[in-house]
Amino acid sequence: MGRNPRSLRLVAAVALAAIVAGCAAGVRSASDALDTALTATPGDSARGREVIAGRDGNCLLCHEVPRTGVRFMGNLGPPLAGVGARLTPGQLRLRLVDSKRLNPESIMPSYYRIEGLVQVAAAYRGKTVLSAQQIEDAVAFLVSLR
Amino acid sequence: MLPRSLRHACALACLFVWTCTQIGPVFAADAERPSPLRSGIEFTSADVRSLQDDDFQNPGMLWVTRGEELWRVAAGKSGKSCADCHQRAETSMKGVAARYPVYDAAAGDVVNLEGRINLCRTHRQAAKPLVYESENMLALTTYVAHQSRGARVEGAVPTELRASFERGRERYRKRIGQMDLACTHCHQQNWGRTLLAQTISQGHGNAYPAYRLEWQSLGSLQRRLRACYFGVRAEMPPYQSPELLDLEVYLAWRGRGLTIETPGVRR
Repeated sequence: MGRNPRSLRLVAAVALAAIVAGCAAGVRSASDALDTALTATPGDSARGREVIAGRDGNCLLCHEVPRTGVRFMGNLGPPLAGVGARLTPGQLRLRLVDSKRLNPESIMPSYYRIEGLVQVAAAYRGKTVLSAQQIEDAVAFLVSLR
Repeated sequence: MLPRSLRHACALACLFVWTCTQIGPVFAADAERPSPLRSGIEFTSADVRSLQDDDFQNPGMLWVTRGEELWRVAAGKSGKSCADCHQRAETSMKGVAARYPVYDAAAGDVVNLEGRINLCRTHRQAAKPLVYESENMLALTTYVAHQSRGARVEGAVPTELRASFERGRERYRKRIGQMDLACTHCHQQNWGRTLLAQTISQGHGNAYPAYRLEWQSLGSLQRRLRACYFGVRAEMPPYQSPELLDLEVYLAWRGRGLTIETPGVRR
């Protein structure tokens, strides 16, 4: 093992670096998900579709989302096709509530947070972008995207 | 004890992760100006481009024509027009807009083209200042800026402008509003991507005052900046506030070298 050619060691190093990076990204720590629903009423997928495609969520500005009936969608964020298979409801909930808890540099707005915002226009001050129920509805719709 | 190659691999992996954490912020700080620099017109559709390129179709030319008339109209107690002091704008105003905003020692402040016009009115013509974003203010500003069409934005930052420039630079990176976004998130980090069906531009001011199809009118750069504040659901600073002037100073530096298009046409 100690006699490996240098190139092989480099391959091993790169592979390990990739594994390290992969683990860091895929770790399910307690802070990766919000497993408790925000409301007692379970999310409604049909209403969630309205939140996502409509003016309240405006998600299509940045994301491509299937089953919305919209032709032109943004590409600032990742496409959400199959997101229900990739993320758990808890992980989806956290990403809607405040994705900056996962990545402080994220450009995604926090849809259920009022602290730490500055210079908010009077009409929106002290208000979250979406209501707790709208978050649950949106989660229910995203979960159905498999 | 791990085999030597594996130990090397671990060390390299650690070095790799550490390097990533170190170069991230440094790179972000250096990448202040988009490369290549592209005017907003390049992000519009062919019909908008042809509208801008044809003076007979460009709706902004209506304001140029009106400005040309106003240039020769006497105003205030002085009974003087712009032309009485500055003669032909085609020569006296050529290249002026490319140098603005400037620091005005007498005013002790940053002055943009609109501010300069009003300083002339109050100090030289003994006239009332024009209301910001009024038709007459837009017409005169557009007429003056139009004389620099084709000139390159200078965007110099002399010592007197430094403080304003630094505030503008900071402002450009400050997250604001319910959307919690800064200018840089769209116009530096994500230009060229699409927001719904629209391509995000690099956010330069070289076409302003510009006719915007969305407004069905011509508007100043500050009106356009305020529209972004509105978009991120932030409190809009008033016209000619230090906040917007500082941003104008920063934007001129950021877009230096671009060609002035006034009156530009935008979506």
